[in-house]
Amino acid sequence: MDTLLKLMETNAHLTPSQLAVMCDMKAEEIESKIKEYEEKGVILGYKTLVDWDKTDREYVSAMIELKVSPQKDLGFDRIADRICMYPEVQSVQLMSGGFDLLVLIEGKTMREVSNFVFNRLAPMDGVVSTATHFVLKKYKDKGVTYNSEEEDKRGNIL
Amino acid sequence: MINYDDILSDRCVKLKPSGIRKFFDILDEVKGVISLTVGQPDFVTPWHIREKAIASLEDGETYYTSNDGILELRQEISKYLNRKFGLEYDARKEIIVTVGGSEAIDIAMRAVLDPGDEVIIPVPSFVCYGPIAELASAKPVFVNTFEKDKFKLTPESLRNAITSKTKLLVLPFPNNPTGAIMTESELTGIAEVIRDTNIIVLSDEIYAEMTYGRKHVSFASIPGMRERTITVNGFSKAYAMTGWRMGYAAAPHEITEQMHKIHQYAIMCAPTTSQFAAIEALKNGDNDIADMTAEYNRRRKLIVHGLRKIGLPCFEPEGAFYVYPNIGGFGMTSNEFCEKLLHEEKVAIVPGTAFGDCGEGFARISYAYSVNHINIALDKIEKFVRKYR
Repeated sequence: MDTLLKLMETNAHLTPSQLAVMCDMKAEEIESKIKEYEEKGVILGYKTLVDWDKTDREYVSAMIELKVSPQKDLGFDRIADRICMYPEVQSVQLMSGGFDLLVLIEGKTMREVSNFVFNRLAPMDGVVSTATHFVLKKYKDKGVTYNSEEEDKRGNIL
Repeated sequence: MINYDDILSDRCVKLKPSGIRKFFDILDEVKGVISLTVGQPDFVTPWHIREKAIASLEDGETYYTSNDGILELRQEISKYLNRKFGLEYDARKEIIVTVGGSEAIDIAMRAVLDPGDEVIIPVPSFVCYGPIAELASAKPVFVNTFEKDKFKLTPESLRNAITSKTKLLVLPFPNNPTGAIMTESELTGIAEVIRDTNIIVLSDEIYAEMTYGRKHVSFASIPGMRERTITVNGFSKAYAMTGWRMGYAAAPHEITEQMHKIHQYAIMCAPTTSQFAAIEALKNGDNDIADMTAEYNRRRKLIVHGLRKIGLPCFEPEGAFYVYPNIGGFGMTSNEFCEKLLHEEKVAIVPGTAFGDCGEGFARISYAYSVNHINIALDKIEKFVRKYR
């Protein structure tokens, strides 16, 4: 396991010198390693996890199961690439099992998301059917538990 | 009206309460404190272990077990001690499952100590050994360990403490609060001092899984020492199971036979649900230990480096999950330092004196906290140190 990546995946705020101490490396080595990861596309970016339910932003998200007929030579890649173009789309994954592509969509309202499915996704060439599941509540995402009070339950015992 | 002074046990009344209580009482009153005081893992017990405990309840496993613990558990403990430390103990006759390591220490001392016996206790160390020895009518003899010796027990200081009355030597390594460990050759040095005596050793190895850079060596594995050693270990630290109260003692049958009687009359058996959890921990928990220990090690490096950078000299701890920085040179006692730090920066660390007078000039800092938590605390300690240096 790559300790550096694991540490950065759970906490992007750690400084190179803090990472260096924990990885038994020099800060300069950490910096060049990170640069290398960024150039190779191992590290794709740095984002902030936001619990939008705690803000006044209007927000809904939905997972959409897509059945798709694969194209000759290209398989699912071309249609997946095209779906990725839409800014509303947060993630696109090819799945095993009862459907092909799992698409995560974000929007302001349910109507907006529904419209996107009706008007954009469903009519696309190659899309056979769609099933839309609206997210009602997020409990855990990217390893982080939502709405949990960070409480230290340990008693003061020596 | 009853006069309680007349009726309470003299021995108990004279027993000193744990010195840290006062500090913890103050701590409870201050709001928004970043605490680095807790002496237990921050991880929740791994789910597969909790799940087995729940399943045992669903299966109706709600009865007493045999006094010494479920045989399967003792067999797993026996295998574990062999797998990890090369020890050989007969699961049927030489292992007792106890209510935490604490009970194992208590019944071990009561099984071997007579009035007038002396118990050698290296300090600083966990606070229970002296009082438990006193309750067993024996006399604690404290032997200081020093920063210059990396807080290890040296053969010389042990030799100087031995008298004709010495019955028991406590070996509390890896050590709480210092994080010191004893290597194989250092333990051999201790063994040479006691080899031709009748001194028994109580080796408290509750932090055995938390060593960094080298593997823990069990005192009973030193040639010739098994016959005189009571090995105490448990699940609290290694598997993050403090609340389950699961420990054990392993020793030659002649000793466990006596311990068994005390355990049988005073305790009956360790909690049944916890025993089922412990079986699962031993069978499938090696990876959990590896993951948690790797995480402790990263935090250890971070905090040692951070404290040294701030200018607090800090000996390199090789075990447990504590660092023990030198906080002398501020014109404050350990207690004053820690109370001021608490009030002014809202960071709580334990004054070394909680572990006896020898802890003056030091403090115990636990790194059983998240990296973020540790970094916030380090920033605040730095501010404090700059102000008073």
